[in-house]
Amino acid sequence: MTTNHAPHDGPAIEVESLTKRFGSVVALDGIDLSVPAGTVFGLLGPNGAGKTTTVRILTTILQPDGGHARVLGLDVGREPHAVRASLGLAGQYAAVDEHLTARENLKLAGWLTGQPRASARARGEELLERFDLTAAAGRVAGTYSGGMRKRLDLAVALVHRPPVLFLDEPTTGLDPQGRGDLWELIEELVAEGMTLLLTTQYLEEADRLADRIAVVDNGRVVAEGTAPELKARLGSTIIDVGLADPAAAARARVLLEPFGPAEIVDGTAVEVNVDDGARALLQIVRLLDRERLEPETVAIREPTLDDVFLTLTGRRAEASGGAAPDTNDRGRARRRGAQRGAA
Amino acid sequence: MTTTTFPATVPVTTERSSLVKAASDTMAITWRNLLMLRRVPQLLVFSTIQPVLFVLMFRYVFGGAIRVPGVRYVDYLMPGIFAQTVAFGSINTGVGLAQDLGTGLIERFRSLPMARSAVLAGRTAADVVRNVLVVALMVSVGFIVGFRVHTNAAGLLAAVGLMLLFGFALSWVFALIGLATANPESAQAAAFPLLAPLVFASSAFVPLKSMPGWLQVFAAHQPVTITVDAVRALVLGGPTLRPVVQMVAWAVGLIAVFAPLAVSRYRRAA
Repeated sequence: MTTNHAPHDGPAIEVESLTKRFGSVVALDGIDLSVPAGTVFGLLGPNGAGKTTTVRILTTILQPDGGHARVLGLDVGREPHAVRASLGLAGQYAAVDEHLTARENLKLAGWLTGQPRASARARGEELLERFDLTAAAGRVAGTYSGGMRKRLDLAVALVHRPPVLFLDEPTTGLDPQGRGDLWELIEELVAEGMTLLLTTQYLEEADRLADRIAVVDNGRVVAEGTAPELKARLGSTIIDVGLADPAAAARARVLLEPFGPAEIVDGTAVEVNVDDGARALLQIVRLLDRERLEPETVAIREPTLDDVFLTLTGRRAEASGGAAPDTNDRGRARRRGAQRGAA
Repeated sequence: MTTTTFPATVPVTTERSSLVKAASDTMAITWRNLLMLRRVPQLLVFSTIQPVLFVLMFRYVFGGAIRVPGVRYVDYLMPGIFAQTVAFGSINTGVGLAQDLGTGLIERFRSLPMARSAVLAGRTAADVVRNVLVVALMVSVGFIVGFRVHTNAAGLLAAVGLMLLFGFALSWVFALIGLATANPESAQAAAFPLLAPLVFASSAFVPLKSMPGWLQVFAAHQPVTITVDAVRALVLGGPTLRPVVQMVAWAVGLIAVFAPLAVSRYRRAA
């Protein structure tokens, strides 16, 4: 098969006013994104925010209802075949064939992406080596651990050396070890100049991997910027002070306001977003002691997605942390819609 | 802002190269499905147990009570068993596709620069290969219980060819059902009520004359009877042209209707 190399200037991924409905549920409500070539872009949001729907449109799996989406300047609706040739996708579920070995999964992907047999085989071995799967390469994927499956899934997505890679919640369902391993692999890919769009529910993940982050909620981008920019809006550390009763909490909130945005949570606790966690903690404890407000608990923690949401949208994210990996955006959007309808 | 220039791989597709690519993609998917058959041989074993039981039941339990003029019952029965086996076996196509939808594999295929028709064509092609094994096994079982070909080897081979064509045509029907239900259990459940009347209200096990008149009208004009009659003509003797032509027309008709429906359903499946 002949291929020509059409150069493309400008953003690797461009999304303008993208909309998508599933029945009466609005999954995307006008998303705009622009991802420069060679950078990592993170879509951060809770379940059902529209992250997966965006990825599915960009990877030509779904047609949008309105707006434009372009990958390397190619319109995903008008030139889907050319778009597919330049992208790799690793989804939430690790869509590898569990009855095939790792080597066979890679062979299948090489075959289907039209690679010459010999170079596909060499590429497959290289990826197995790199993703630490060589020893298990002859075993069927059904016997793999979650981390191994995810690594194989990523390897399969890279067989045809796509310049643009989409990772939909790459580490959902992995243990911390598996997550760390995958992060390292992703960082290596990025160092080689690949453009990457990843979705995640974890602030930590977006923070570590992404150059720019868009926070998505209800099918819209509610904030966009670099991780430091978003954190500056948020305060980098949260100090959580549990008090005896609501009256004490109310007093404490006023006292702690000078340290950063403070608010009452669950009636008797106060959360303060501060910049310098350790120093602020010491000062807060001293202050409370002076004021004879005895806290029942004091905790210091990094901001979570929940905190980002609380700050950006004024409400808590519905889902946090380890959501079930077997759900998908559309189902969630439907359920959310149903709940909203019932409320 | 810095602009980075890098190559986008844009395949230049001509009609010929896209046909070649479609054929290559179909072979890739066929290869994958056949590997699966080798890895999970239970699929093949369990799907042949039921027809073997039917052979034993009709040969040794009910067979004695069924009289078909002019032919030994075992010779009458086996073409019916072949058709039954292939018909129920075609459910596999739907179940397999529903499974691939469920595991997200089809989603990945849809993001690859591959021919849209290949996932279905590769699945139905693999199921033809599977049917070769199943039909060969059932012919052997037939020989063991006393089935004899009255014509010749060419007649038997032609009959096997018809069975494969019949299975291929039904595979497209179940491809559509598998994609529409998107769940292996539902695909399986949807298949039985569809196939049972076709297989049992046919000439597969008993002569049509033994049925009530209104049922004979249905039974005489449906594809299982027509296939069984064509196979019987080929292996037992008698005029073959008319039943074979009728059978091929049915198969081509089914494919012409259901293949485009299934492919269009695949394009929309998500």
